[in-house]
Amino acid sequence: MKPWPLSLIALSLILATPIFVVLSSVFFSAGDIWTHLFETVLARYISNSFALMTGVSIGVLALGVLPAWLVTAYRFPGSKVFEWALLLPLAIPAYIIAYTYTGMLDVAGPLQSNLRDAFGWSYGEYWFPEIRSIGGAIAMLSLVFYPYVYLLARAAFAGQSASVMEAARSLGCSQRSAFFRVALPLARPAIVVGLSICLMETLADYGTVQYFGISTFTTGIYRTWNGLGSTVGAAQLAALLLGFVFILVSIESWSRKQAQFFNTGSNAWPSPAVPLVGGRLFIAYLVCGIPVSLGFVVPLIQLSIWASITSDSIMTADFAGYLFNSLALAAITSAAALILALFIAYGRRLYPTQLSSVAARVLSLGYALPGTVVAIGVLVPFAWLDNQVSAFMVARFDFNTGLLLSGTAFILVFAYLVRFLPIAMNTVDAGLTKIRPSMDEAGRSMGLGPMTILRRLHMPIMRGSLATALLLVFVDVLKELPATLLLRPFNFNTLAIRTYELANEERLADAAGPALTIVLASLIPVILLSRSLERATNVPSVGEKPR
Amino acid sequence: MAPPALQLDNVSVRLSGHLIVDSVSFSVSAGGIGCLLGASGCGKTTLLRAIAGFEPVSTGEILLDGAVVSSPSGALEIEKRHVGMVFQDHSLFPHISVAENIAFGIQALSSPMREARVKELAGLLEIGGLLGAYPHRLSGGQQQRVAIARALAPRPEVLLLDEPFSSLDVELRETLAREIRLVLKQEGITAMLVSHNQFEAFAMADEIGVVKSGRLLQWDNAFNLYHTPASLAVADFIGEGVLVDGQMIGKNAVETELGIIDTREIENFKLPDTKEISILLRPDDVLHDDASPIKARIVEKAFRGAVFLYTLELESGKRVLSLAPSHHDHDVGEPMGIRLDVKHLVAFPKLPSPICR
Repeated sequence: MKPWPLSLIALSLILATPIFVVLSSVFFSAGDIWTHLFETVLARYISNSFALMTGVSIGVLALGVLPAWLVTAYRFPGSKVFEWALLLPLAIPAYIIAYTYTGMLDVAGPLQSNLRDAFGWSYGEYWFPEIRSIGGAIAMLSLVFYPYVYLLARAAFAGQSASVMEAARSLGCSQRSAFFRVALPLARPAIVVGLSICLMETLADYGTVQYFGISTFTTGIYRTWNGLGSTVGAAQLAALLLGFVFILVSIESWSRKQAQFFNTGSNAWPSPAVPLVGGRLFIAYLVCGIPVSLGFVVPLIQLSIWASITSDSIMTADFAGYLFNSLALAAITSAAALILALFIAYGRRLYPTQLSSVAARVLSLGYALPGTVVAIGVLVPFAWLDNQVSAFMVARFDFNTGLLLSGTAFILVFAYLVRFLPIAMNTVDAGLTKIRPSMDEAGRSMGLGPMTILRRLHMPIMRGSLATALLLVFVDVLKELPATLLLRPFNFNTLAIRTYELANEERLADAAGPALTIVLASLIPVILLSRSLERATNVPSVGEKPR
Repeated sequence: MAPPALQLDNVSVRLSGHLIVDSVSFSVSAGGIGCLLGASGCGKTTLLRAIAGFEPVSTGEILLDGAVVSSPSGALEIEKRHVGMVFQDHSLFPHISVAENIAFGIQALSSPMREARVKELAGLLEIGGLLGAYPHRLSGGQQQRVAIARALAPRPEVLLLDEPFSSLDVELRETLAREIRLVLKQEGITAMLVSHNQFEAFAMADEIGVVKSGRLLQWDNAFNLYHTPASLAVADFIGEGVLVDGQMIGKNAVETELGIIDTREIENFKLPDTKEISILLRPDDVLHDDASPIKARIVEKAFRGAVFLYTLELESGKRVLSLAPSHHDHDVGEPMGIRLDVKHLVAFPKLPSPICR
C-alpha cells in the first residue's frame, strides 16, 4: 500500500484510540466501584439523563420548528431579521447560560430581590421556580440547543418545492392543513437529525448539570474518576454513555438518508410567502421572539451588566494569562486540525480506497463524543505510555521522566483533535468537492503541472472553506469545558475554566468577564453561518421565476 | 346552452410589477382539451397558475362553469376551486405511497369509497401494480401517471397540466400524450395544458392557443394553426417554413420565383391588401421533381428517416425548404428540380425577413 493511505489509516487508528479504550474498559474489572455505582447512583444517572433528553426534545422542538416554518412560509416585518437572529443562541455555551440565569433568578438575584421589595415579601414566604433543578436544566439546554432543530427544519422547509405545497392546495388543503399533511411530514427526517444533535449535546453537557447539582453520566464520570479515583469505573460509565451516543448517531445518519428520499426535486423555489397581519402577526412575533430574547438577548444583556460592574477586576494580568492560554490552545489545535483535515481530504481524493473511507468515517465519529468520554479515553493510554517511557528511562538511565505527555498541554490538544477534527474535515471536504475531478483534468490538459493546479485552482476555491474550518475549530476549543477540566496541566487556566471556577465559587458577576469574551468570540462563526444562510435563500423573486 | 367549462375574459396578470399575461380571452367547452403553446417565458405557465388560483389577475375574469373564480376584486381560494393540477415535476408527495398520494384529495370519502376510487383510477392509468410503492421508486412516466390519477381523484371540474411531458424522453412523450388524451376523453374531463412542444400539443389538444410575450396570438385547432396561421409570429412558431416574395398578377394568381400559383385552387385564400406579398412555403409545399424547369442548389440536407429535409438555394439567393422521400438522395452542392404544390397558401403583406426557421 502507498504511504499516504497507509498513514491515513494509522492516523485514524491513533485518533480512534479513545473510543477503543473506553469500549474495551468493559472487559476489565473495576473492583467494588461498579457494584457501588450500580447500587447507588447508576439508576439516578440513567433516569436523570432520560428526563433531560425527554424535556430537551420537547423544548427544542417547541422552540425550533414553528419559527422555522413561520420565517419560510410567511412574510412579516422583521421576518428576515428573525431568520438569522434565531441562530444567535448557538453562540452561548450551555454552562454560561446556566450561570447567567442562576445569577438572575436565584434568591439573591435581581428578579427575586425586586419582587420582594415591590411586594414586601420576605424569603420563604412566596413560591418561585427553582432554577437549579432538572426543569431549569431542560430550559437552559433547550434555549441554546434549539438552533440545531431550527437550522435543519428551516433548510428542509425552504428546500421543499413550492409545487408540492401547491399540489396539496389544489387537492383541497388549506395552507394550515397542507403544513400538517405535507410540509411537516416532509421535514420530519431533517428535524430528527437536528433533534439527535441536540440530544448528543445534552448527553455531553457537563457544565450545566454539574452546576445545577444533577447527577448524570458526565458528572458521574468526573466524580468516579476524580472523587473515587477509579479510572476503569469512569471508563465503564463512559462506555455506557457511548452506547447511548451511538444510538443517537445511528438515528441521525438513518434520518439523513431518509431525508434524501424526501427530496422534492431540484426546481424548488420558495412559495410566494403569505403576509401576516393582526393577531396572527402578534403570535408570529411571540413564537420567533421568545427563543431569541431568552436564548440570547437577555443573557447577553445580563452578562454585559455584570461585566461592566466588575470591569476593574477583569482586566488583570491573570485574565491576560487565561486569554493567552485559551487563544494559544485554540490556535494550535485549529492549525493542526486544518493540516490533518487537508491531509485526509487529499489522501482520499488521490487514493480513493474502501479502507480510507472507512478510516474517515471512524474519524468523523469524534464529533459525537462527549468531552468527558474523550478525556477518559485519552488519559488512560497516555498515562500508560508515560509510565512505560518513565520505567524505561529509569531502568536505562536512572532518570525519571515523570508525566511526559499526560501532564502537559499536548494531551489537551490531542483530545481537542479527537473531538473537533471532524468539524474541520467536513468543512474541508465541502470545499474540495466543489473542485470536480474534471476541473483538475481540464487544468492538466492545458499543460499545468500538479503544483500549478494546486496554486491556481485549488487554493483560490478552497480559501473560504479553509478559513471557516480554522474558525470553527478555534471557537469550539475556546468554549470547551469538560475535557479541559479533566486533562489540563496543574494550575493551567483558560477562559472557560476560569468561568467555571468563578461560577462555582458563586462569584457569578466576576465570571461575566471571561464568559462574555467566550460568547463574543463564538458570535463570529454564528454570524458567518447566518450569512451563508442568507445567500442560500437568495433565490429569484416571484417575477423572475423560471416559467 | 351550458356555459363553457373554462372561460377567460380579457385576463391580465402582473407579477412584481411586470405584465406577464396581457388581455387573454378564450374558452374551453365541457369535455374539451385546450392547450397553451409558446416558448419558455412567454407567460403561458403564469396563465395556467392564474386559472388554478396560484396567481391573482390584475384585469379581467376567469370563470369556471360560468361562475367567476378570479377577478381583480378577489379570487376564490385554490382549495375551493375544484381544479386538478398536474405539475411539471409531478410533485408527488415523497413521504406517502402511490395509493396514499392518489387518495390525498379524497379524505372526505368513506374509506371503502376511497379505495374504490383509487382502484378505478389505477386501472384507468394502468398503475395497479404500483399502489404500494413509494414515489422515488417510480420511473418518470409512472410518476406522471400517478400525478394525473391524483389530480383526477377528486373529480375536478378542470384538469390543468403544466408541461406534463417535458421531463419524459421523446419516445414516451407522444405515446403517453395520446394515452392520456384517451383517458380524459373517456372520462369526459375538461383539461387545459401548457406546452412548448407543438407535437405534444397536436397529440393532446382539441384547440391550441399560441402565446407570445403574454399575448394570445391565435386560438384554433392544430390543422388551422399550421395551414392558416393568423400572423407571421404564429407561422414562425408552428412548423417549419420560409417566406418567399410574390406579386399578385390580377386577382387569381401569384407570381413567385418558383412559378405561378393559381389562387383559385386554394381554400379560404385571404388576399392581402398590397400587391407585393410574402407567402409562407412549408417544406411539404415544395416537391422534388427532376423534370421541373426550376432548379435550386442544395445547401444543406438533413436525413429524417422516411424523408430528407433539403435546404435549397434559388437563383436569387433565396432559400426554401423541401421535403423529399429519402430515396431521392442528392448531394450537397448539386442542383435539384422542384415544383410547387400548394393546397393552403398563407400570404402576408411583404416583409423583409428571409427565413423563419
